[in-house]
Amino acid sequence: MKNMLVVIPGIVAMILSGGTLAGPREDLLAQYAAAARTTSFSAARGQTLHTQSFSGGKPDTPSCTTCHGKDTRGAGQTLAGKTIEPVAVSVTPTRYTDPAKVEKWFKRNCTEVLGRECTPHEKGDWLTFVIGQ
Amino acid sequence: MRNPYRPLAIGLVTLAFSALVLARAQAGDRHFFAPVADPVVKEECGSCHLAFPPSMLPARSWQRMMGELDKHFGDNASLDAATTEKITRYLVANAGDAGGQRYSSKFLKGVAAGAAPQRITELPKWVSEHRKVPDWEWRHKEVRTRANCVACHSAAEQGYYDE
Repeated sequence: MKNMLVVIPGIVAMILSGGTLAGPREDLLAQYAAAARTTSFSAARGQTLHTQSFSGGKPDTPSCTTCHGKDTRGAGQTLAGKTIEPVAVSVTPTRYTDPAKVEKWFKRNCTEVLGRECTPHEKGDWLTFVIGQ
Repeated sequence: MRNPYRPLAIGLVTLAFSALVLARAQAGDRHFFAPVADPVVKEECGSCHLAFPPSMLPARSWQRMMGELDKHFGDNASLDAATTEKITRYLVANAGDAGGQRYSSKFLKGVAAGAAPQRITELPKWVSEHRKVPDWEWRHKEVRTRANCVACHSAAEQGYYDE
């Protein structure tokens, strides 16, 4: 009987938390939102970030599309010839589900393209953009 | 009259032939370089470029390279310490001058003792093997860089670098 008193609240808690259970992408967005002190990200701003040319980074990679390609649903190619899976979640559903990997590539790619790390706001906008693609 | 041992003889001959072909494919081919088998090394070294076979460079080259990942051919490719160490161990253990790498020792021919070359494409043997490739082929849009082995060696990912 005493055991039941422990188990039942446990089950109730599990069911309740199920309602707010979010995937790793949503968790990431929530983290970026908290860090950027914002409540909304914009896919349109994300798209601009993705397609515009920067001059602060390396000359051979002026924009995200240099390697990822102009079509978010198509494969990209690194400068050394490696195929990059499409950035669009609709085509590559496994993307952005490993937070460490997402952070690793934001750091590396933003440094190469923009010449600096991306802000949480930029990351949230970009992620919102590719999730909707 | 049929020889009752004929099926056995055919079987033995087939087996011997297969063994011969397999042995050649596995070791006898001087254009074979065992591809990276470790999933972490494959992921970390094979996202931007082909995960080059560790046997293509001597151990001291890999040690130097892994110590300078923040300046990796113009990119900052640094990793956390644990991953860096794990990858270094794999590369060193399978390096071209590690024991049992018969064929890559030929590939490392001409590399000065104690030297730690960083570019596979600057090894004397690499240069001589590619001397007949014309300039326009290197500039082809599907090639772009000498590090893009797969552009010409279609089975490079599997370790085969035949013409």
